Amino acid sequence: MPFVNNKVPLDELAPGEQGTLLAFTDERQVTNRLASLGFTPGVSVNMTQNYGRGPLIVTVRGTRVALGRGEAARILVQKEQV
Amino acid sequence: MSDCHEVAVSSPPRSLSVGTQIPMIALAGQPNMGKSTLFNLLTGLNQHVGNWSGKTIERREGSFKLDERELILVDLPGTYSLTANSPEEVIAREFILRERPDLVVAVVSAANLERSLYLVSELICLPAPLVIALNMMDVARQEGIQVEPEVLEAALGVPVVAMTATRATGVGDLLKVAREVLDGRRVSQPRIPAIRADHRAALDEILMEIEGYVPAPYPSEWSALKLLEGDAEMTRIMRAALPETRWRAVNAILTQHDDAFLAVASGRYEWIARMIRAAVVQPKIGQISLTERLDRVAAHPIWGLGILAGILGLVFWLTFTVGSPVQGWLSTHVVSALATLGRAWLATSPLWLRGLVVDGVIGGAGSVITFLPIMVIFFTTFALLEDIGYMARAAYVMDNLMHLMGLHGKSFLPLFLGFGCNVPSVLGTRTIDSWQARLLTILIAPLVPCTARMAVVAFLAPAFFGANALYVSWGLVMLSLLMLVMSGSLLNQVIFKGQRSAFIMEMPLYHLPDARTIGLLVWQRSTSFVKKAGTTILAMALVVWALSFFPGGELQTSYLARFGQFIEPVGRWMGFDWRLTVALITSFPAKENAIATLGVLFGSSPTGSLGQVLTTAFSPASALSFLVVTMLFIPCMATVAAVRQETGSWKWTLFNVGMLLVISMGAGSAVFHLARALGY
Repeated sequence: MPFVNNKVPLDELAPGEQGTLLAFTDERQVTNRLASLGFTPGVSVNMTQNYGRGPLIVTVRGTRVALGRGEAARILVQKEQV
Repeated sequence: MSDCHEVAVSSPPRSLSVGTQIPMIALAGQPNMGKSTLFNLLTGLNQHVGNWSGKTIERREGSFKLDERELILVDLPGTYSLTANSPEEVIAREFILRERPDLVVAVVSAANLERSLYLVSELICLPAPLVIALNMMDVARQEGIQVEPEVLEAALGVPVVAMTATRATGVGDLLKVAREVLDGRRVSQPRIPAIRADHRAALDEILMEIEGYVPAPYPSEWSALKLLEGDAEMTRIMRAALPETRWRAVNAILTQHDDAFLAVASGRYEWIARMIRAAVVQPKIGQISLTERLDRVAAHPIWGLGILAGILGLVFWLTFTVGSPVQGWLSTHVVSALATLGRAWLATSPLWLRGLVVDGVIGGAGSVITFLPIMVIFFTTFALLEDIGYMARAAYVMDNLMHLMGLHGKSFLPLFLGFGCNVPSVLGTRTIDSWQARLLTILIAPLVPCTARMAVVAFLAPAFFGANALYVSWGLVMLSLLMLVMSGSLLNQVIFKGQRSAFIMEMPLYHLPDARTIGLLVWQRSTSFVKKAGTTILAMALVVWALSFFPGGELQTSYLARFGQFIEPVGRWMGFDWRLTVALITSFPAKENAIATLGVLFGSSPTGSLGQVLTTAFSPASALSFLVVTMLFIPCMATVAAVRQETGSWKWTLFNVGMLLVISMGAGSAVFHLARALGY
């Protein structure tokens, strides 16, 4: 099986795709807010709405959270194979 | 060892038998958990709204009777955690630690248990008895989620009561449990979350360094944990409390474990997973929830904007078909009638006293009150949209547009409120999390055309532009919004250097509105508006009246008129004579005063209505320029007072006034000269 690098920024997930959260590259304060909303390393994040531009909606721990594209781009996930 | 159980054991609840102190219950919970609904249900109208000391964050406190015994209920700010990301978290935890409530009721949502228990994982470590109100059982059912309260209670070790606050079910059970806890008949043994093993050693090291130096009322273990989480407030406190060498030691540990906050958060979520494992049954995969179906339209980048535009249209339609006629009716049948009555009643009194009462009090503050019906329409629509969960969608679809100004979606909501009145708009910026984004939103909020300004337009535009009045009005609104976007992006570039503020917002599940919550919100906002009209606005109206009356008792020769004549050369840039200049100045207490002033200055004419008289006195170019300046001018004094209150700074308030002066006079001159060049 060929090696596939599935590490992508969260905003590159298509609607319906899922990823495991790996790391944050945003500033501490933003990351802290995200963490209390349920974004912690290892959690499964589901892309609920992503039209390729503008803000997007993800579902994490059963909660729908709207993120700016900039914030989503600073979250690294491991894309899960469907 | 758990990271905070010592704290819980060492602090028994305040004994109720001692003294005559009224027991106090604090209501805690994340946003969108139905906390306010429960608060309103318990306290009804026995509540008052104030501010947390020194902060511009609403503090709601009320009282209610439980078996003939009076209880105080304090509504803590809705927060996702107790880590200092914003002032709200600090307020909530300081209250629990310092005021020592006899009971903390944590409101969580059955439809969103995992996320909502995060706050509980922090509350359970604080030295106060805890009861969980498992709210929104109906929404959970609607989303296909099953929760078993008894199982959750057994796992957490604290009482859990299932309820649906919007239907007032389960409240009796909650009160019964609350009473048992207050009476000391029910003692909990909470299961406390533990920090992950890889950071346990670091926590112990910090604890060793700070032990004995932690100021009251903070528990030592809790403080150590907050330091490890990088909590800004606790870091500041401990830095001041620790000797230099110890602080350096602590700092060294913290630098080494700078990712510990993620481990702490993960640890809490692992604890939550254990707590709910047996208590929650999730819906089958593939089941599409109501929220998801609605969001396919409401949060769609195109349809969503369409829906928002439709809602906006509906609000304006309501304003013009219901609000404005009622406002007009109040204005002629109440305010004018009162003025006539006052004039007759004071017929033998000195002229100045009659003027003071009739023109100052009734004409000034009274005319502001007539805007209440319009405000009620806005307040009600907002409270309704907020309560069903739509507002987050409006913010979401507007996010792109707001980015032009370096703002994000959350700033849209207060600005939207500004179409009704700029005052609640400025106050509404409190929901914006970053201070810079909030300040920027406050500074541009006065550029949203409010109903009072639209009233001036609605009067003058038909007189001067006849059939084209509608296009002129529409153009004026568009011009205001264009100026808003332009000044917003300029301010963002120049003053805030294009700083970005993060857009992170929960999209709550849709649910049926609760009439009580909406009603109380509208009631509170309306009474606070009326209070303002009776105090600040009244005082200012009297000042302006005095300036327009003295020394001679006539507006034409008053100080205000002299001032208008003095600065007339400036007014000329925009095509104004001294009368239009004075009208503009008197619009400061209330925008619609401009019409009243013109009415006084031109007197009652036998030849026709004020509108007709004005068309013979001024060119269309001057009229258009006057309307442009009115739209963009310094906001009314109530708004300026709100800006001062919310920014807490005269510097920013004066900056805002100066900025609006430049914008309005610039745009007014440009429009006047352009219109003249085109031959009007």
